[in-house]
Amino acid sequence: MFDDFLVRAAFAGIGLTLATGPLGSFVVWRRMAFFGDATAHAAILGVALSFAFGASVYLGTLGVALAMALTVARLSGRGHAVDTTLGVLAHSALAFGLVAASFQSGLRVDLSAWLFGDILAVSRTDLIVVWGGALAVLALLAWRWQGLLTSTINDELAMASGINPQREQLFLTVALALTVAVSIKIVGALLIAALLIIPAAAARQIARGPEAMAVSATGVGICAVLLGLWASLTFDTPAGPSIVSAGTVLFVASLLLRRRA
Amino acid sequence: MSTLISTQGLSVRHGGNTVLSNVQFSIARGEIVTVVGPNGSGKSTLIRALIGLETAATGKVSRASGLSVGYVPQKLHIDASLPLSVRRFLSLPKRVSDAQADEALERTGVPGLGPRPLARLSGGQFQRVLLARALLVNPDILILDEPTQGLDQPGTAAFYKLIEEVRSQTGAAVLMVSHDLHVVMSASDRVICLNGHVCCEGTPKVVAEAPEYRALFGIGTGGAFALYQHHHDHGHDDGSASQTCGHEGHTHV
Repeated sequence: MFDDFLVRAAFAGIGLTLATGPLGSFVVWRRMAFFGDATAHAAILGVALSFAFGASVYLGTLGVALAMALTVARLSGRGHAVDTTLGVLAHSALAFGLVAASFQSGLRVDLSAWLFGDILAVSRTDLIVVWGGALAVLALLAWRWQGLLTSTINDELAMASGINPQREQLFLTVALALTVAVSIKIVGALLIAALLIIPAAAARQIARGPEAMAVSATGVGICAVLLGLWASLTFDTPAGPSIVSAGTVLFVASLLLRRRA
Repeated sequence: MSTLISTQGLSVRHGGNTVLSNVQFSIARGEIVTVVGPNGSGKSTLIRALIGLETAATGKVSRASGLSVGYVPQKLHIDASLPLSVRRFLSLPKRVSDAQADEALERTGVPGLGPRPLARLSGGQFQRVLLARALLVNPDILILDEPTQGLDQPGTAAFYKLIEEVRSQTGAAVLMVSHDLHVVMSASDRVICLNGHVCCEGTPKVVAEAPEYRALFGIGTGGAFALYQHHHDHGHDDGSASQTCGHEGHTHV
């Protein structure tokens, strides 16, 4: 059944949304959208370095994304102007990544695959990596759920209950880096943040509780993947951007469905 | 009396600024302590330090082991992107049963609010929900940061009475912070005036009988307020930050 590239693509996308639904909800609740961008852009640098050193792209991306996420988390915790810091880091990581990539002749050719993803070229190994990573993120979030939610609402409230908000932030940071690493082949570095935020934003319109929103976000994400793949095939459009576009269409539809919750 | 939380010579710095210097503080089981001080006097920093969110530059904070803290924050901004009902909020971070949640809401005078989104509550309802959540951990100590901000006077009076009831029912200590130098809870066992350091401590006197008081707050407050007048004309001649000011410079009405 996984012989068909389209089936592999669909399963890869669905696997990824298992992680991006709940994680994206946290990104939206904690206003970490730009944080997600910075981490994702760093992934391009990770790809370039992996090629340079002949390492696994997944591992290289994970390493650099994690380093970036930890740096940003540290800096923002110290009261630097978060927007500016993130802006500098996000775009310079992307720029340095593109410059580094230009030195690799092989990478130059299929750079757009790393920027926008190439879900139709997903192999069986990729599928295992994506599902493994996504399930790990899901398990991490489920394990920390109550603490994460409490510290999302208020640091003092969490601390008074014996929850260390910095530690919870660290779990989220690791989850984000892991998600970026496994999703780079599917939607690419430029569109990962979109896949985190758009389904969660759509889910907000219909959900009445945090758990319902996380599950709905995954639901919307799955619909976006399937709709996007269908559109890509029908209209011969690039798959990654088509998935994100489909997500946006679903978001607009959710505005019409909006419950006044 | 067993001490629940105490500080010894606590100083806290934010960057180059000394926010708190040489603070001696302690609160015992069943005690109601009110900390008053102007804006920027370090009240919230003291609370954060007691909870464990501030690093002491010097001195230390000691908490009784296994201390259960019920914390009511000054303000709680629930991001519009987070759908959260009162019922779900009460189950953070420890899940509670529906019966426990209902009982806590009943006790704080807001029964049946469970299904309502947190973002749709009035100021008074919100404070009571925050208190209900704090009570659900069976606290040894309730810490309330400016709990009556945004409440009108009858609302404040009702809230203070509720706190007093909670204390007498559960025996929990209560630590309350207020920026209002003149109106503190009459049930306070001690009032601590903070201005970067402990300026003075004293017992408030109830003035519910005074006609000026009645004129000011009406009789509907049921004696929940007391006046605690300050004349900040006293000096700190010896320059010691921890100086207890004595009572020469104060009029406790």
